[in-house]
Amino acid sequence: MSAVELRGFGWRHAGRRAWAVRDVDLRIEHGERVLLLGASGAGKSTLLAALAGLLAEDSGEQAGSVEIDGLDPREARERVGIVFQDPQTQLVMARAGDDVAFGLENRGVAAAEIWPRVRAALARVGFPYDLARPTAALSGGEQQRLALAGVLALRPGLLLLDEPTANLDPAGATAVRAALRAALDVDTTMILVEHRVAEALPLVDRVVVLEAGGGVRADGPPAEVFAAHGAELAAAGVWVPGPPPAPRRAATPAGEVLLTADRLGLPPRLAPTDLWVRAGEALAVLGPNGAGKSTLALLLGGLLRPGTGRLAATPALAGRHADQPPHRWRAPVLVRRIGSVFQNPEHQFVTGTVRAELALGPRRAGRTPAEVTAIVDDLLARLRLDTVADANPYTLSGGQARRLSVATALATAPRLLVLDEPTFGQDRRTWRELVDLLAGLRDAGHGIVAVTHDADFVAALADRTFHLGGRPDGQAGEPPGGGPHGEAA
Amino acid sequence: MIAYGPVATPTAPLARRNPVAKLAAALLFSVLLLVTLDPVVPALAIGVELAVAPLFGVPYRLLARRAWPLLLSALGILVTLTLFAAERTGEPLVAAGPLVVTTGVLNTGLGLALRLLAVALPGVLVFATTDPTDLADALVQNAKTSPRFAIGALAAFRLVPLLATEWQLISMARRARGVDAGGNPLARLRIFGSTAFTLLVGAIRRGTRLATAMDARGFDSDTPRTSARQQRFTWADTALVGGAVLVAAGILAVSVALGTYRPVIS
Repeated sequence: MSAVELRGFGWRHAGRRAWAVRDVDLRIEHGERVLLLGASGAGKSTLLAALAGLLAEDSGEQAGSVEIDGLDPREARERVGIVFQDPQTQLVMARAGDDVAFGLENRGVAAAEIWPRVRAALARVGFPYDLARPTAALSGGEQQRLALAGVLALRPGLLLLDEPTANLDPAGATAVRAALRAALDVDTTMILVEHRVAEALPLVDRVVVLEAGGGVRADGPPAEVFAAHGAELAAAGVWVPGPPPAPRRAATPAGEVLLTADRLGLPPRLAPTDLWVRAGEALAVLGPNGAGKSTLALLLGGLLRPGTGRLAATPALAGRHADQPPHRWRAPVLVRRIGSVFQNPEHQFVTGTVRAELALGPRRAGRTPAEVTAIVDDLLARLRLDTVADANPYTLSGGQARRLSVATALATAPRLLVLDEPTFGQDRRTWRELVDLLAGLRDAGHGIVAVTHDADFVAALADRTFHLGGRPDGQAGEPPGGGPHGEAA
Repeated sequence: MIAYGPVATPTAPLARRNPVAKLAAALLFSVLLLVTLDPVVPALAIGVELAVAPLFGVPYRLLARRAWPLLLSALGILVTLTLFAAERTGEPLVAAGPLVVTTGVLNTGLGLALRLLAVALPGVLVFATTDPTDLADALVQNAKTSPRFAIGALAAFRLVPLLATEWQLISMARRARGVDAGGNPLARLRIFGSTAFTLLVGAIRRGTRLATAMDARGFDSDTPRTSARQQRFTWADTALVGGAVLVAAGILAVSVALGTYRPVIS
């Protein structure tokens, strides 16, 4: 059991002009379970790092004070456990049991006591395998439960959770939340950072909202906080509980076929798949983890050579290049026809500034300098990136990086856009902007393919869904024009 | 995916030995062989290494698959030296136009090629039979290596297979941005460089995140670390190291007796 006391707390990372978090006054009692909210950039992660004692004194400047049970958090490290967002970079050892034992070894727990505590911690999170299970063979949700077990085995009085389900598919996220609900006891104080409030509410009894400019904007029981501040929180990007966002359906029926996949596959990642993609239509590709959704996106994007079957572009999409499959096209030809947006935006950044990043595609595609400038300025304004035009893409926030990666794909005006999990980990505001932007593109006659786990996104945008790996889909309908190639002829 | 774990029968008598003992035996054996330039010593050593491979539980097919890059480079050394060595001593064996192969040249070439194989094979045997976690544990417990180094390296090692996947993704992302080399080798080189840079930036970020997560679980604390998995160094392990030294000395003795011994430092 641990209590937390912050008085006028602030932290500024070395070399930064702005404070990451400031003027926070907060007291959290023993055994409380707190949901910590705030728009992106409000300093939630920095606050958790401070409580975990992970901000070294020489790595920045501190204002006010932060105490755990009256101690500096750096002195109270043994009382605190923290689970981060990315499962890949939290697991240390090759075998599940060894990984849980890692923290116990570090704390100097006697060897005879280690394994009983490892087994107990794994049982608390409902870990379904034995101790020797290779950590590399676990799904994201299982890895995250293992990471939680590794922290719980240390019996922390204060448990910090920094968006523990943001990188997981819905099934994995549900399993992690169930594990949390089962594992928490009255002796553990918990602070949870999470965008998706509705899912997190059963876990908490108090909500604290950080103000972006500093201070605490709201604090109290969930019902009171959302009754008083729901609308402004939603506007600031927080996923407050409430009715799902309004859908954006296509105003006109889908147009001509752009791409047809005939037994398209890549063993062992993707089984042969039949699919067609049409202009003026938003197609959502769904399916469980491991069904090959991302592989399908890469194949449709002309970025991977198919292992089986073929992918054909129609003349409507490719003009005189239609006689060759997209993966054989030169890159400048490809980007003017099919744009791809990757799950991790940072993979796609090539240059040193946001402006140069947007100019790259059009320049490669042979636009004149004047045209390039016009395209870049238009996209900067449309996607609210003008304030960071000269920033390095790697320094952007999650929402900004996502908008930039979509903007770079739009810069070459491709007729077809293929997106892999475009709404992953996004706050509500960026989410809404993405849906509106994609709906606008669809209504202007572009084809949209989105691989996604996000049920709200599918409900808001998709005109047709396609299920990979499993059940046949009722909404898929008949191929247009009596066959996949009907309208292409 | 690339397999880093042990691939041989784990219950074989020598495979079960302490990882530090195996590593020490392999190192001592190899180093002792390096003192001479003659082909007899490495030839005998390779004979011994092949003879003990079954005791490590390594089938010859597996050994060949692991060692083929070595065989290739050994062959390369032999051919290059035979054809191009400046010092052409000894009796001419083959004379075909400008190509003259002498006994001296063949001797040196063969000696070098065999040495490469003889020195590298013990390493192949050890790493084919050793689990990385066991090696790190044994290094900390039996060789008093700093856990910060041994466990840290082990954790970093786990991220290596991710790099290959990451490289493919970054390359595809480049193409999706309209960047490709076409037939231009200079552009290819530039893209290679920028892909490597992106990979490096990502690797550093991941490494930093992993280090933070490890420290959050007390890896940087001053408490003396305990070990959940015990590694024991027994008389059998001592015997393995001693045996390696004795066999190496025996091989050198044979070479001296045969009169082929040519010390590196004379």
